[in-house]
Amino acid sequence: MTERTFTEAAREALSDAMDADPTIFVVGEGAGERGGNFETTAGLYEKHGPVRLCDTPICERGFIGMCTGAAMTGTRPVVDFMFTDFILDGLGELINQTSKMQYMSNGRLKMPMVLRGCIGIGHSAATHHSGSYYPLFVHIPGFRVALPSNPADAKGLFATALRSEDPVFFMEHRHLLNLKGPVPEGEHRVPFGQAAVAREGTDATVVALTVMVHHALQIAEELSSEGISLEIIDPRTVAPLDTETILESVRKTGRLLIVDETFMPCGIGAEISAHVTEHGFDELDAPIKRLNGAHVPTPYSPSLEQAVIPDRTSIEQAVRELLAE
Amino acid sequence: MHGDSGDRFELHRWLYRTMFTIRTVEERLARSFMAGLIHGACHTYVGEEAVATGVCAGLTDDDAVFSTHRGHGHALAKGVSPAALIAELYGRETGVSHGRGGSMHLFAPEIGLMGTSGIVGPCILQAAGAGYSAKLLESGRVGVAFFGDGAVGNGAFHEGLNLAAIYDLPVLFICENNLYATEVPFSHASRNPDVASRASGYGIPGVMVDGNDVLAVHEAAIEALRRARAGEGPTLIEAKTYRTRPHAEGMGLTGVYRTEEEVAEWREKDPISRFRRRILSEETMTESDLDRIESDIRNEVDEAEREAAAAPWPDGGTAPSHVYRETT
Repeated sequence: MTERTFTEAAREALSDAMDADPTIFVVGEGAGERGGNFETTAGLYEKHGPVRLCDTPICERGFIGMCTGAAMTGTRPVVDFMFTDFILDGLGELINQTSKMQYMSNGRLKMPMVLRGCIGIGHSAATHHSGSYYPLFVHIPGFRVALPSNPADAKGLFATALRSEDPVFFMEHRHLLNLKGPVPEGEHRVPFGQAAVAREGTDATVVALTVMVHHALQIAEELSSEGISLEIIDPRTVAPLDTETILESVRKTGRLLIVDETFMPCGIGAEISAHVTEHGFDELDAPIKRLNGAHVPTPYSPSLEQAVIPDRTSIEQAVRELLAE
Repeated sequence: MHGDSGDRFELHRWLYRTMFTIRTVEERLARSFMAGLIHGACHTYVGEEAVATGVCAGLTDDDAVFSTHRGHGHALAKGVSPAALIAELYGRETGVSHGRGGSMHLFAPEIGLMGTSGIVGPCILQAAGAGYSAKLLESGRVGVAFFGDGAVGNGAFHEGLNLAAIYDLPVLFICENNLYATEVPFSHASRNPDVASRASGYGIPGVMVDGNDVLAVHEAAIEALRRARAGEGPTLIEAKTYRTRPHAEGMGLTGVYRTEEEVAEWREKDPISRFRRRILSEETMTESDLDRIESDIRNEVDEAEREAAAAPWPDGGTAPSHVYRETT
């Protein structure tokens, strides 16, 4: 194990994969010589040159469409979209083209394309640089969606994404980019569809996504002094979603809270809740609870911004309400 | 590839055969549509055969074609068999996309048909992507986008041409300017009546050709392919042409957007009879050679239709497969 930041860990996975597979190339605004807006490609241009580390004009639809065509013809593009808000211009390409090619070709085409970039509210980035939008992609058949919450998973999930034959969203919460943690050296892959039990417990299950995992772990630690035992589950990928690990936990605790920074309606929490209700209704001792970011565009001012995201106070309150049911 | 052999007879024969095959299949499909054998939309390519044929004559199976909603001609010229095309429109297991696509989603990647599409524009970007793969892999392959005048006002045209231009990608952008986007005149959709002239905005060559002259199209494509394969970058070719059937089968041949007279004028410029006259004047083939080709193709297409009509339906149980390559 080596201590690495989240970004360094993901970059290690990219660098290793690019060494091993000459068909990988990265496109994005500043992904070339500049080394990426968030240093996602730092040092790689010097090694691999401008065709594999390709700076683009600001035309997300254009380069997503171009990368779709590239993935259909034998290469493995990585779209470094900087902020997920930016790829909304390419939604038609993603949803009508990228996600459907394998199906429409009856399995004759592959779509080995990775879409990676920043998500999440914070830094007063306001509404055009704070989006997450991953529930949108979970809804669409054909996509994989990875949401790493720590450096080791960043490396392991990115390594898996870079070897997948399906299109993968690899979404990095901005608050996590500089987070340090132990990372396995050498080859390290985390399979998709396997949740991590981030903390074991018996009184209630908290499923938390990306940065919320860290808030939930802190609450669990604090509440343990009161004799409250929380189990924290980090799904790590939401498409595919490891519902079995969640169900297993609920069988043990009988109570479930889902904490997600993204919007509540038709979200990941709704999906998990429906699944647990359908398959684990008899295990529940209380109604399932969801805690989400407010259903509003992201405001700028720190005081407004703070009011729209789940924080430790609101998570703790939700846990206490769930336990009181 | 049929343009490099230098054998004029072979080239003319291939071009004539291909154009006549497209025409015969399309007319067959139009009848099948009326008979209720086609379950969805059917946009025929009648009148525009010279464009797909002239371009595809210069391509290999490795060159990647990205096509449109009016893509039967591209599919046939790229090498899809009439039986596989008709069966796809009939929704059968033996269809080129095994019944998953119908008219607007024809896929045969093994021969470089990377899909026809129900959305206007994306093919331009995807062809640029095939060019990017070719550049990275140094494969010598070329990406080809066919699109109509209706795509020219779409952002994909601008972004795709610009991306291909700045990276010097081996791509042919073939605009089939048939004057109408569905039933909206290009004169209404653009202040500039020409498409080719836009190439200069991207710093690439733009070539305007008579899209009903198969040899002119072929010649322009050969030069664009030479440039592409030599690493000199993309070319925009505007082929002026016209569809002499409705936008889609079941719609009116004319309407507020065009007149019977206009359609009749363009029928006079029919690319197949024009090429027939050219062949006879150049004496590469005789009347009886051409008649034999035509009757052979009619028989082939009749047989293909019978085969398609008798083909099995896809098993409904297979509908969920191929969404993902890997299972989890």
